[in-house]
Amino acid sequence: MKILVPVKRVVDYNVKVRAKSDGSGIDLANVKMSLNPFDEIAVEEAVRLKEAGKCDEIIVVTIGPEKAQEQLRTAMAIGADRGILVKTDTPIDLGGVEPLAVAKTLKAIVENEKPDLVIMGKQSIDDDSNQTGQMLSALLGWAQATFASEIKLDGDSATVTREIDGGLETIKIALPGIITTDLRLNEPRYASLPNIMKAKKKQLDIMDPSDFGVSYDPKVKILNVSEPPARTGGGKVSSVDELIDKLKNEAKVIS
Amino acid sequence: MKILVIAEHHGTELATNTLNVVAAAKKFGGDIDLLLAGSNLSDVAAQAAKIDGISKVKTAESADYDHHLAESMAALIVPMAADYDILLAPSSTFGKNITPRIAALLDVQQISDIISVESNDTFTRPVYGGQAIAKVQTSDSKLVITVRPTGFDPVNAEGGSAAIESVSGGAPDAKSEFVSLKEAESDRPELTSANIVVSGGRGVGSAENFKMIEALADKLGAAVGASRAAVDAGYVPNDWQVGQTGKIVAPQLYIAIGISGAIQHLAGMKDSKYIVAINKDEEAPIFQVADYGLVADLFDTVPELTEKI
Ligand SMILES: Cc1cc2nc3c(=O)[nH]c(=O)nc-3n(C[C@H](O)[C@H](O)[C@H](O)COP(=O)(O)OP(=O)(O)OC[C@H]3O[C@@H](n4cnc5c(N)ncnc54)[C@H](O)[C@@H]3O)c2cc1C
Repeated sequence: MKILVPVKRVVDYNVKVRAKSDGSGIDLANVKMSLNPFDEIAVEEAVRLKEAGKCDEIIVVTIGPEKAQEQLRTAMAIGADRGILVKTDTPIDLGGVEPLAVAKTLKAIVENEKPDLVIMGKQSIDDDSNQTGQMLSALLGWAQATFASEIKLDGDSATVTREIDGGLETIKIALPGIITTDLRLNEPRYASLPNIMKAKKKQLDIMDPSDFGVSYDPKVKILNVSEPPARTGGGKVSSVDELIDKLKNEAKVIS
Repeated sequence: MKILVIAEHHGTELATNTLNVVAAAKKFGGDIDLLLAGSNLSDVAAQAAKIDGISKVKTAESADYDHHLAESMAALIVPMAADYDILLAPSSTFGKNITPRIAALLDVQQISDIISVESNDTFTRPVYGGQAIAKVQTSDSKLVITVRPTGFDPVNAEGGSAAIESVSGGAPDAKSEFVSLKEAESDRPELTSANIVVSGGRGVGSAENFKMIEALADKLGAAVGASRAAVDAGYVPNDWQVGQTGKIVAPQLYIAIGISGAIQHLAGMKDSKYIVAINKDEEAPIFQVADYGLVADLFDTVPELTEKI
């Protein structure tokens, strides 16, 4: 079995970001960038399947700038076998390469690579759209299992437990198919130094969006990016009695 | 302008977020139809027909749609989309799962999680875990949108008298089947629409201790929430998680207990009207958004609060 794992370079989840003062986007100058956390979980899952003897090859692919090679190397240090960068200078966080365009690019790559399974993050923590996996499966006419917290492969199907608002749902999808990951699927390992060194030598191909005939001109224009309305927090109370008094008589939210 | 609201329902209950999605639909101005899919729809259809502002309730009555699998729902909705300019669904796991599949088949770039309608092609939506708000304008002629329920005040559940009409749809393009559902059962109010939410974090320490949080919630008639750390540690089920990847809540009162206030948690609750934080670390970032912060040990304060409130 061959598994394709699409990944994205995003701002590190610990970073507090700011909108640029001209409202054109998020200020990413000198900000730490990482592998999107959900994608890291997707890579880890593929590596575990390989370690369990259920997968022969893991290919990671990303669409992004030259520097997105760093995230491919991170994924290869976790255990992916080779990487593909579809190189573009169009922004990938907001107002640039959109989920539909990503899905179209990935469709072309799937047609080239013919994986049996695609595992990818359910959302990227920059644009928060939560669309690409579903779109890719639609374009391919494959089945989808989103928000996975458990995956069991059996032959030509996968049984997937999904985290949904009402609890945990289990579905079975035919393969080839698409699975998107939720946080509790696994806890990604830290790559060891030898594996980081090894990853540097793994195959990494660079491709051009024109190879796939997909346009990265956005359909949705960003008119403005601003800070959310600030909360005036910081109020303190010194006892439970004072808290109850405030909730009853000031906020009037309890009676 | 013709609008279709893809409504979420659970058996015979219409999801409360339907009223918020209809509120968003009303901002466009135009005819609003509402779609229900599944078996035994007569009860939900009757509820939906009463919602203020609906022209027609369309029911796709078939066991094929029972679990709202994305493949079946897309097979139903994509052909219907020819008659509509705008498709709207809640940005719950129900909506998020289905709408991108529909959008891709229509070659539309979906807009996720809108919190306002500025005009018929311009919307605002939170990005970067709510750390910024983007105002976006689409050039697509057909729109597929998910609506963040907390962004729109619900319309009236009563007062309408829409006609109910049955529809049928195509066969799914790919194979998936429902196996089982481990449903969260609770007599408490639903997390995303409760007036009061009491949430516990890693500081609570164990599933056993979490009963203390639940006791406070029950005294207040509140829903119970949790941080990711509390869910990951197995204190509580996954569907209690509040945050960027959990549920988005905006109750009148949110009480955060033993929660530090990570960006990803704040993303799910910082639009609450009043926030109370109980944490023994006075440096915890949760205090920066709290109206009433109490620096104290939760094991002392929570039982006292439950007793006195
Ligand atoms: C991609 C991604 C998505 C995420 N999505 C979410 C999400 O949706 N929701 C979410 O919540 N998190 C999410 N997280 C996790 C988030 O970053 C934090 O790790 C998490 O919110 C921390 O939970 P916590 O506040 O309960 O735990 P901690 O940060 O460990 O805080 C525990 C707090 O309890 C206090 N405490 C301990 N003992 C006591 C006591 N006896 N009395 C009083 N106070 C006490 C401590 O002072 C501390 O402030 C996400 C992370 C990532 C990477």
